Amino acid sequence: MPTLTIREAIRLGLDEALETDPSVFLMGEDIGTYGGAYAVTAGLLEKYGPDRVRDTPISEAAFIGAGVGAAAGGLRPIVELMSMSFALVGFDQIVNMAANLRYMSGGQIKAPMVIRAPTGAGMQLAATHSQSFETWLAEVPGLRVVAPSTPYDALGLLRSSIKEDNPVIYAESAGLYGASGETPAEYYEVPIGSAKVCRSGDDATLISYGHGMPILYESAEILAARGVSAEVIDLRSLSPIDTGVLVDSVQKTGRVLALDTARRSGGIMAEVTATLQEQTSDWLDGPVVRIGAKCAPWPYNREMEQGSLPDAQDVTGMLSATYDL
Amino acid sequence: MGKMNSTGRETQIASSAGPAGLPDGLDAAGVVEMYRTMILSRMLDERVWLMNRQGKAAIVASAQGHEAAQVASVRALDPSRDHFLIYYRQFTAMLALGVTPLELLCGFLAKSGEPMSEARQFPLHGSHPRVDLFSFSNVVGTQLPQAVGVALADRLRGDQGRVTIVYFGDGAASQGDCHEAMNFAGIHRLPVLFFCENNGYATSVPLQRQMAVESVAVRAAGYGFPGVSVDGRDMFAVYQATKDAADSIRAEGGPVLVEAKVDRLLPHTTDDDHTLYRSPDDIGQMRGRDPIDVTSRALRERRLMDEDGDKSIRQEARRLVIEATDRAEALPYPDAEAMYRHLYAE
Ligand SMILES: Cc1ncc(C[n+]2csc(CCOP(=O)(O)OP(=O)(O)O)c2C)c(N)n1
Ligand SMILES: [Mg+2]
Repeated sequence: MPTLTIREAIRLGLDEALETDPSVFLMGEDIGTYGGAYAVTAGLLEKYGPDRVRDTPISEAAFIGAGVGAAAGGLRPIVELMSMSFALVGFDQIVNMAANLRYMSGGQIKAPMVIRAPTGAGMQLAATHSQSFETWLAEVPGLRVVAPSTPYDALGLLRSSIKEDNPVIYAESAGLYGASGETPAEYYEVPIGSAKVCRSGDDATLISYGHGMPILYESAEILAARGVSAEVIDLRSLSPIDTGVLVDSVQKTGRVLALDTARRSGGIMAEVTATLQEQTSDWLDGPVVRIGAKCAPWPYNREMEQGSLPDAQDVTGMLSATYDL
Repeated sequence: MGKMNSTGRETQIASSAGPAGLPDGLDAAGVVEMYRTMILSRMLDERVWLMNRQGKAAIVASAQGHEAAQVASVRALDPSRDHFLIYYRQFTAMLALGVTPLELLCGFLAKSGEPMSEARQFPLHGSHPRVDLFSFSNVVGTQLPQAVGVALADRLRGDQGRVTIVYFGDGAASQGDCHEAMNFAGIHRLPVLFFCENNGYATSVPLQRQMAVESVAVRAAGYGFPGVSVDGRDMFAVYQATKDAADSIRAEGGPVLVEAKVDRLLPHTTDDDHTLYRSPDDIGQMRGRDPIDVTSRALRERRLMDEDGDKSIRQEARRLVIEATDRAEALPYPDAEAMYRHLYAE
């Protein structure tokens, strides 16, 4: 099996879609000659030309809105944002427009577009450049939200997202672009709305997505050394959430910890843990546990920023404090 | 708020200097002082770029190529009463306003004692306790509507004769915020000076793919106020255009848009590689009209400075940069435990 980085897997998925589907085109800042702020679209302009790989002015509202219009007009636009934080400038087009179009037109109009954006903190980009708004967008009815943490899922989810007839937010963990892994040469898809059990275990269920996954793998190793067997689950999809896989796991382990590298308060893991409390309370050995980043703006100073982010010590510490593991 | 020069040193002027042909409001000493700030800015800028390569500064956006436009626009205003909303490329403007090299370095290195934000804010963003400036967002263009509000506050408080200058790039001019701010300022004839540093690029995207017109200044007509375009490598031209704009605004003439055409000599930031989208020829041409060289030549031709004067200005700047670097590196990092401080009113 070929080994790809997440960056290469996304590029492959875009290349393949441009190659096979004439209705697909890309828009975004610096995606052409420059190949994208994170080098995801490198080489695509040369291959497909400026009509299908379009550099935009710094006008998120315009090019997200144009994406909505082009999708309504029958195409399948893929829009790249330079940062999830900059989605705010186009939020009206995403939340009020793309998400509502189908419902509010009684099913007459659809907006099958993909909005890709790097997300997450940890790179000293400070408050207005480090936020993870996929967790806000996951609450919006009419949108799909996915967030891969491996090259396999990045490619599989991108394929499903491009085919999807609803608008999809495709959140790319900025710190994981270089992460590599095996990706089958034969065609496959990863369906939207399916979580993945990445490591099985019996004593506790650990749940996260994106940047949280490497922290969970590290935590599972620490726990294993203590004789605790953790089941690790990657949500992969924040909307819809694959509740079935989560419930099955918690019914088996009786303990659950959900980790978010975005702010803890009001985050996606609040939804996950509340759902598990509702549906698995008879199986739980103690309260559901939720960990997230500190609820302050992301600071530039490295120590402060790293101190805001949860780590494996927080995970194992909370598990022993809550469940005596 | 007080006005300081960036070096606090006496200027060295060739004795034959006279105010010959200088724009109104500029004298020989002032002009040399502007050049001194440009040199200091260039050397400090080179130093932080290097510090990024050494892993000490997380990210740097350089002002190299923008120095003349920045120093002249600040000089044409009155920092003791005007308001400055800047953007992330304004190293030189910050120095000209009185932010010290040590303070700027503390910002890049996120050291304790950084006065803009206690090391919380992205370098070259923030506000300053001694200088009336602010700049808050990485999201480009947000400062334009804010500037309109600062000017509106002056108007509502009956505070007359103050100008709010807001700086932005050609790329930021494509944001809805830019249009909305200019329209609002135009309607209410607010005392705002919109100052665009047009370097022809939004990161890698050249002007032709950002706008269908050749200059940002022409847009002003659509908002009902004047727009002028000047060569931003020519300190005197920028000074004159900005001064005229400020005079007109102070006389309650409503907003003005000044566009300075400049070159961004380096990549967009330390994360960028501009050879991917600029030819060696283009880069060479830009270097051939470096505002530092243009200004040095102009000052010598006007006999405002001689070669020795130039040399000693450079030596002095080098000394200041080394001194500030040593001091900044020796400072501790702030207490990470103070994470929640300043989140809410205490
Ligand atoms: C809304 C928004 N989109 C994208 C970015 C990423 N970005 C940062 S600076 C920049 C280019 C800005 O160009 P310009 O305004 O011309 O200023 P310059 O850097 O050339 O001085 C871009 C695209 C951003 N900061 N904000
Ligand atoms: Mg520019």
